[in-house]
Amino acid sequence: MASESEILEGLAEIVNEETGIDTAEVELDKSFTDDLDIDSLSMMTIVVNAEERFGVRIPDDEVKNLKTVRDAVNFIAGAQA
Amino acid sequence: MSAAAAPKGTGTLTAPAGARHARIWGVGGYRPERVVPNSEIVDVIDSSDEWIQERSGIKSRRWAGPHETVVTMSVAAAREAVAAAGIRLDQVEAVIVSTVSHPYQTPAAAPIVADALGLRCVAFDISAACAGYCHGISLANDMVRGGSAGFVLVIGVEKLSDFTDPTDRSTAFIFADGAGAAVVGPSDTPGIGPTIWGSDGAQWETIKQNESWLEVRDQGLDFPSIGMQGQSVFRWAVWGMAPVAQRAIDAAGITAADLDAFLPHQANMRIIDAMVKQLKLPADIPVARDIVETANTSAASIPLATERMLREGEIPHGGLALQIGFGAGLVYAAQVVVLP
Repeated sequence: MASESEILEGLAEIVNEETGIDTAEVELDKSFTDDLDIDSLSMMTIVVNAEERFGVRIPDDEVKNLKTVRDAVNFIAGAQA
Repeated sequence: MSAAAAPKGTGTLTAPAGARHARIWGVGGYRPERVVPNSEIVDVIDSSDEWIQERSGIKSRRWAGPHETVVTMSVAAAREAVAAAGIRLDQVEAVIVSTVSHPYQTPAAAPIVADALGLRCVAFDISAACAGYCHGISLANDMVRGGSAGFVLVIGVEKLSDFTDPTDRSTAFIFADGAGAAVVGPSDTPGIGPTIWGSDGAQWETIKQNESWLEVRDQGLDFPSIGMQGQSVFRWAVWGMAPVAQRAIDAAGITAADLDAFLPHQANMRIIDAMVKQLKLPADIPVARDIVETANTSAASIPLATERMLREGEIPHGGLALQIGFGAGLVYAAQVVVLP
């Protein structure tokens, strides 16, 4: 089970790998679309890689609710619990 | 009480005699005359050329005019494929048309195409959307080897512009028109590997005609268009289909390093790129990227890409190509073939 800071760190690495965005830029209050400029297909790639890394399932219907980095971290933490 | 019916037992059936192997002998394509650049469609969807290219890799597409129908485009592609195969038209014994945009509920397009080619052979349509061409190749392979036909014309054709909502931001720039065809016939050596195919109807709503014909009639709706849940399709196409492609390679008894071409359905450049990454294909293998100037022509996309790449010398005649189609249904089919 990963802590919230570990999830954030892992997520930042996944975002960096997909988009090249610096890991330090991936902060909890940032919006994936508005702040990080991540489009829907990159978001799906991030979701699938996060599923694999954290051993969780993020349904397609849930992805649209993950607006900020915090949303994603909370969802992953909840799904792991 | 009468006794249970018993067979006469006097007649023995003659089994059809098929060819030992089958292969693709030639491919042909038809690209509609009118080139439609992104600039022509961006205003309606409040978009830009850059936005479309970033999300799909598409720079332009062809949209068929009123004189270019599913049937006429099929005929043009078929004639080219027959010529490339080096056979006479009257040697064709079956015509399979894969399409989702033939504007008649019935009859099928195939008999009309056959008639236009001067043929009276078996002719039928299949509905397997973007996977239709690979379904057709598999059927043709089985027909040739099973003895139900000698040379088979497999045609993938779409006029998706008739079923596209120009204001739909998720599909307006994706769908396009065209036809591709292949001639499959007997061969001394194996030319079509085992097909890995299947369906997931639980996801039927991810790509579909938005309203049924009955809803259109009963609710007085406009002519229906095809809608798509892009993200769900993307996930399924990349992470669901890469293993299918790998299974087709394995079933063919080869390795990825043996391939001379990777010809995925031209759905979206992002899907193609992600799939190549997932498959860990050796970097030297040419990958079909016909989508840049053709967009997504559904059933026509693989034969159109094949025809272009062969013509431009990008892939070798006689080489091994992995082809995979996937789309509405959801359905998929993949096989390794020897290029004509």
